[in-house]
Amino acid sequence: MINFIDVYKRYPNKHEALSGLSFQLEAGEMAFLTGHSGAGKSTLLKLIALIERSSHGQVLINNQNLSRLSARKVPYYRRQIGFVFQDHHLLHDRTVFDNIALPLIIAGINHRDISRRVRAALDKVNLLGKERSLPVALSGGEQQRVGIARAVVNRPPILLADEPTGNLDPELSREIMNLFQQFNQVGVTVVIATHDHDLIQTLPYRRLILQKGRMAKGESL
Amino acid sequence: MNRIVTLSQDYILRHLQVMLSSLGQLWRQPLANLMTTLVIGIALALPTVLFVLLSNLEQVSDQWDTATQISLFLQQDISHEKAISLEKRLHKWPEITTSKYHSAEQSLEEFRLMSGLGNLLDTLPDNPLPAVIVVQPNDNITQPAELTRLLTRLDKLAEVSQAKLDVEWIQRLRSINRMGQRGISILSLLLSLSVLLVIGNTIRLAILNRQSEIRVIKLVGGTNAFIRRPFLYSGFWYGFFGGLLAWITLLITLGMLNSPINELAMLYGSSFSLQWFAVQTMFMLPLSGALLGVLGAWLAVGRHLSAIEPN
Repeated sequence: MINFIDVYKRYPNKHEALSGLSFQLEAGEMAFLTGHSGAGKSTLLKLIALIERSSHGQVLINNQNLSRLSARKVPYYRRQIGFVFQDHHLLHDRTVFDNIALPLIIAGINHRDISRRVRAALDKVNLLGKERSLPVALSGGEQQRVGIARAVVNRPPILLADEPTGNLDPELSREIMNLFQQFNQVGVTVVIATHDHDLIQTLPYRRLILQKGRMAKGESL
Repeated sequence: MNRIVTLSQDYILRHLQVMLSSLGQLWRQPLANLMTTLVIGIALALPTVLFVLLSNLEQVSDQWDTATQISLFLQQDISHEKAISLEKRLHKWPEITTSKYHSAEQSLEEFRLMSGLGNLLDTLPDNPLPAVIVVQPNDNITQPAELTRLLTRLDKLAEVSQAKLDVEWIQRLRSINRMGQRGISILSLLLSLSVLLVIGNTIRLAILNRQSEIRVIKLVGGTNAFIRRPFLYSGFWYGFFGGLLAWITLLITLGMLNSPINELAMLYGSSFSLQWFAVQTMFMLPLSGALLGVLGAWLAVGRHLSAIEPN
């Protein structure tokens, strides 16, 4: 599903975030991406979501070579990816419902289906009844769950999360992880960048450890 | 087939939603948007008012065109009888349809009435005005060359001191009119450009205000067309309402000019009344405004959209 072959990423300021990274994730797999800050975790996720392009090497997602994907096709490609951010990236002038509906509106789903699917997503993240609230009226954990609902509402095969529990206390973090596990159980490939070692220690998933822009030897289950 | 119908219905519905929500967005900042709309309205109204006035002027000169006439100013020493016999002779010319004789006294009397300088005229020792015969050339003499030939022939008559074609000043008016039209075209072009820039700049600010929203939309797979759409509709509305305002401005301006123009026409004994072009401009102004709006928005969005990428 996700296949990196000798990938380099150099930013215009000469900083090399990834240097010769190779790894592979099967469809339906769930993995944690760890490493010091600056090890290239975010860059890796951005390459998968085509927010950045690799300087060298190949990124194959679902047998699609991303370096061959034209700019015009990028939006359609991104619809196959759900992305959850540490700071949610919600639109603060729109209700929870409208935030979650956004990917569906973009995909041109008709509006009866939209309202059904938004409610289903809200139900999954336990926020039914909050659809009319504005994001500012919600707690940090609730906002994160809105972000997750938005990421999964159009049922993408791949779900990426960049430090999704970064600002949450352990109990809320556990709840959020639980949600990701549920999505993985229905077949979604999940990659979560995190440095919350205490949390992931207890979870039985593969760990990808980045060190100075490449996979560390200790990659383990 | 059914699927295609549903899809296109969805498509139209989506466009309508964006169209209305962009209208709603304008509504939420009434003052700032009214200012923008006013600027557009004035810029569109100015050339339109001039255009309407010029078209009216053209119509007036068209009316006068059919009334081409030649005035024959007679020598001072021609007697009344000789003048009348000349008038009768001229009447028989095939090139002339009507002829009318004004004696020097009649001319004086007319002048006294029209000019209001009666007392002044009384102080003159004798009548300075010549007798005049006004002839109307035959309708089938339309070519300037033929007209000139007739004019020369009349001018060479012994009794005539000068023959003058009254159409000359109409031709001058015409050429002034043409110049005015050229001027208005240039003005329209410049003002359209300024409308384009005003709308472009407004949309540019709107885009900068909504950068984070655009980033999120791009992140969840929004195409450039999707992001562009609400801004294009905003441009559409700015232009549309600007055009509507321009139309109202036009009507107010013409309304204020109407009565003095009627007075002027009456003084010239003309039945002329101002053509408003109200219906044509009612469609043309909002339409061309909307067109300029979409174009201006398109240019602004095109320039700024690609610069905003998720990070």
